[in-house]
Amino acid sequence: MKKALSAPNLIIFGVLMFAFVVLQLGLFPGNYPMKLTILYLLALCALFGLGMSFRQHLAGKLLIAAVLVVLPFVSATAGQAWVRILDFAILYAFLALGLNIVVGLAGLLDLGYVAFYAVGAYTWALLASPHFGLHLPFWVILPTGALVACCFGVLLGSPTLKLRGDYLAIVTLGFGEIVRIFMNNLNAPINITNGPQGITLIDPVAIGGFKFSGATQIFGYTLSGPQKYYFLLLVLAILVVIINQRLQNSRIGRAWQAIREDEVAAKAVGINTRNLKLLAFAMGASFGGMAGGVFAAMQGFVSPESFSLNESIMILAMVVLGGMGHIPGVILGAVLLSILPEVLRYGVGPLQTQLFGKMLVDPESLRLLVFGLALVLVMRFKPAGLWPSPERQRELVEGRTEVKP
Amino acid sequence: MDIFLQQIINGLVQGSIYALVALGYTMVYGIMGLINFAHGEVVMIGTLVTISVVGLLVKLGVPLALAGVAGLLAAVAVCMALGWSLERIAYRPLRNAPRLTPLITAIGMSIILQNLAMMIWGRNYLTFPKLLPQVDFEFAGANFTAVQVIIVLVSALTMGGLLLLVYRTKLGMAMRATSQNLQVASLMGVNINRVIAAAFVIGSALGALAGVMVGTYYEIAHYQMGFMLGLKAFTAAVLGGIGNLAGAMLGGILLGLIEALGAGYIGDLTGGFLGSHYQDIFAFVVLIVVLMFKPSGLFGEKTGDRA
Amino acid sequence: MQARLSVVALSVAAVFALGACGQKEEPKPVAAPAAPIAKPEVLVKIGHVSPTTGPQAHLGKDNEYGAQLAIEELNAKGMEIGGTKVKFELLNEDDAADPKQGAIVAQKLVDAKVNGVIGHLNSGTTIPASKLYFDAGIPQISGSATNPKYTQQGFNTAFRVMANDVQQGKALGEFAAKQGVKNVAIVDDRTAYGQGLADEFKKAAEASGLKVVATEYTNDKATDFKAILTKIKSKKADLVFYGGMDAQGGPMAKQMKELGIKAKFLGGDGVCTPEFMKLGGEAAEGHFCSLPGMPLEKLAKGPEFRDRFSKKFGAEIQLYAPYVYDAVMVMADSMKRADSVEPIKYLPLIGKAKYDGVTALIEFDEFGDLKGGAISVYQYKGGKLEYVETLGGAAAPTVKSDVKEAVAEVKEAAKAVAGAATEAGKEAVKAGAEAVKNAAEATKAAVEKK
Repeated sequence: MKKALSAPNLIIFGVLMFAFVVLQLGLFPGNYPMKLTILYLLALCALFGLGMSFRQHLAGKLLIAAVLVVLPFVSATAGQAWVRILDFAILYAFLALGLNIVVGLAGLLDLGYVAFYAVGAYTWALLASPHFGLHLPFWVILPTGALVACCFGVLLGSPTLKLRGDYLAIVTLGFGEIVRIFMNNLNAPINITNGPQGITLIDPVAIGGFKFSGATQIFGYTLSGPQKYYFLLLVLAILVVIINQRLQNSRIGRAWQAIREDEVAAKAVGINTRNLKLLAFAMGASFGGMAGGVFAAMQGFVSPESFSLNESIMILAMVVLGGMGHIPGVILGAVLLSILPEVLRYGVGPLQTQLFGKMLVDPESLRLLVFGLALVLVMRFKPAGLWPSPERQRELVEGRTEVKP
Repeated sequence: MDIFLQQIINGLVQGSIYALVALGYTMVYGIMGLINFAHGEVVMIGTLVTISVVGLLVKLGVPLALAGVAGLLAAVAVCMALGWSLERIAYRPLRNAPRLTPLITAIGMSIILQNLAMMIWGRNYLTFPKLLPQVDFEFAGANFTAVQVIIVLVSALTMGGLLLLVYRTKLGMAMRATSQNLQVASLMGVNINRVIAAAFVIGSALGALAGVMVGTYYEIAHYQMGFMLGLKAFTAAVLGGIGNLAGAMLGGILLGLIEALGAGYIGDLTGGFLGSHYQDIFAFVVLIVVLMFKPSGLFGEKTGDRA
Repeated sequence: MQARLSVVALSVAAVFALGACGQKEEPKPVAAPAAPIAKPEVLVKIGHVSPTTGPQAHLGKDNEYGAQLAIEELNAKGMEIGGTKVKFELLNEDDAADPKQGAIVAQKLVDAKVNGVIGHLNSGTTIPASKLYFDAGIPQISGSATNPKYTQQGFNTAFRVMANDVQQGKALGEFAAKQGVKNVAIVDDRTAYGQGLADEFKKAAEASGLKVVATEYTNDKATDFKAILTKIKSKKADLVFYGGMDAQGGPMAKQMKELGIKAKFLGGDGVCTPEFMKLGGEAAEGHFCSLPGMPLEKLAKGPEFRDRFSKKFGAEIQLYAPYVYDAVMVMADSMKRADSVEPIKYLPLIGKAKYDGVTALIEFDEFGDLKGGAISVYQYKGGKLEYVETLGGAAAPTVKSDVKEAVAEVKEAAKAVAGAATEAGKEAVKAGAEAVKNAAEATKAAVEKK
């Protein structure tokens, strides 16, 4: 019952969000292909919600799959920029799922997650660019990136095992900054990362002769670069979702949840908290590293400014806003937070001109203002996130009458 | 040797500023166990309000000294109101929510405040009016100014005042009770809502004071100035043991000293391998090392399961 | 089960309702495209990207103003290209100085089928975006991205109307040597711009026999520089070079004064702003900075441009607005010469531009960099920038030929790489890459000879 009720959440939210845009563009003529696209997107969103509501059945799964396949082609009618935005949305979902293992499952507040993302991106950049003259293939670099990030995860994990809550948060934050600062400065005495200049001309993902950048013709269809990356990312994301799901219901996952709820009690019942915490960091980090690799390949350029603290905060916000520890929730959070600013970018300006006849407030500042407001309001009215796991929601309701320490 | 003394002075002044801001974090954290991520933004608003008020009054012909005092008072008043509303809007409704929820609202509020400030004060860097005359001192080859002396004094005095407030007044007792156990304190007749609001208001007033100090010292202000400052101050608060007033103060000063001495000497110590570009790392490395051995900061009480 | 049914109903209803809406809206969209065709004008869309949010928002807005002014003037003047009147339209985008957003907005402009792009502001966003523009064949002229790499990626669509870090750093190094100082200290802000400039300055300064006694670093968000300045003081530097922006440079000059450092302060275009003087106050007095091109006052159009700008926007020029203005003008000029607004037709003519702009006589070299790249040095005096001298400018023709040869070599090597890549012969690629590397080194050597 509860599960079925959470799916309409998605539909309602999707419908509201897109209706908001439709409304604006309806008022704002001239952008006609966009408006049609948005209508299609809306329909897709509703279909997706429909699929989600009976996702246990094969038909539901097929419906979801169909929507996901059609999505990049529909958004492409509004422009490749939207496909690119979708790419980033999936990339962030990927990252948020990785962080979810650390924060959502094991309950370790990590504010430096972007460090692993950076490590993965730089691993790719160094192994597949003219910087060192290396051009290794994709199936070598991606696992290497994940492995290197994994080592960094253990490296971060080991000194912080004793720390709890907010102390852990600040140490991980520091770790993230340390990694970024090193990347920014390791151009001397030996030039490893090329410092603030960043690394250019990074190879795109290529499987055999099939390159993921630039357009290719397949069966008479032109498939653009962002569209190809969309499918690559989708496959990777589905893999991550499956791993996440398996983990969550495994012995390890249950042990993590035990640590999250009460570390002392977990220890008392014989859970090896040290190894499991390290494992959580390592797992989360490897996903971050993988996402970083794809990011580097997709951008063709990495520089330390892409890996600032703000990025860590954003990813954490995705996890919390969506619903910590609940996979569909986390994905929802990631998709919303990466698409919302872009929707606002398109929407805020025209809406103002329409309502007041002129630009009252600069659309750029208003965009972020609305974004901040959305964060506050969602948390205010749905404190456990937009789509929390059913157990978590129960806890929250019961928790209200409990005495808080 | 002269450079050592100069670096100590540099670090001390920078550290006093960190300490002032860190006190605001620690006030709130000590009582509610909540990181008020928007505190850096409160400091920023304090600085910018002072600029506007002083600018306006000077234009009206009010003498600078008077305008400065008025600016400070206005900043304190605005920030207190801001702190109070922050608590009301973003934190109080979430007191029973999962622990990370207020963190996200805090981030949201911080984005909102930054953008509001950008709309009001614009994107350009602003100059802070020269409120104090430039008086230079020289002592054993080290230079310092009157402003620097005042900053150190103000933060020491503030610290003393806060300690008095917390340990000698009825409100302070209520605060300590609330920080120990919210529920029990409320059963004992403490109006916890008022106490928590008071913590926010006092913390924000300190933020305004810090903002004015930062402004007078660097004579520059910008709508994004709060973020880095807040981050550093927060690090300082954790270093000292978050929730502990004296800890925040010492953590701040320690952080300032580490940064100054680190930037000054690391290059020579490592034969040029590490330079002042790693300045921001020292603070974090020290923090990690300290926390490895003392997991609740230098002066923090052993906390139970906050997580 | 009931809940599930309601979900189905809701979704179906939503789809239908929307479908209906869509149909109702249909006539409007059809009418919309007819409107521009009815007009006799050709609409030329120029994309402009700069960060209008985030820490560099003040500069981003300044760039945007520069572009806006140019577009409005072009429209007011009325231009005819290919026999029809053209109307320019500016599409402003914000990249927040974030490379990821830079790529997204670049894609957005590509989708919008802009005829050309002006920007971005930062090298960090310009470089990843330049690939997208290159793939789409859209000419891009940046007024402020100074990283040499931007134009060295082999993209024929990338141009800049601003001296790059190498050109500027070198000129500044030479200038420092002429000031009769012996010991210099270098500070950079660890951004792509600051570090690039400081590195080039260091090379040039050392080549001219100056001694670099301290190399210190800060960051682009810092406000306190006392620790590094104290160290510089102890090393007894006569001149402090700062590679970075005005928001740090101003307070740095002030703190130098407070610490009793008597050394001169020298910086690049990032500190050559009214902002620097505002923030530095009295401490800015007597220090030096440089700007690419000739001083506005010296150029015929300069002061007039400043007046137009401040009248229109009620704001002072921050930094790059004149360069961005010129970038737009060069683009329009190339369209006019090509008699076409199609990127494919007017792109080759950008390289051949010879446009007398506000900031300089703009001509491009083989890479798309500003030719000659005169650098003017200014001194802050009485709250104003006073022109001191111009360095570089008309580059020695002998060196030029050397460079040209080397460039040809690079191009050939690059071609070889491209050819090899299609054959997918790994060995060949390696050899090609080696050749490119060698050629690049030759170029560098040739430039250094200059």
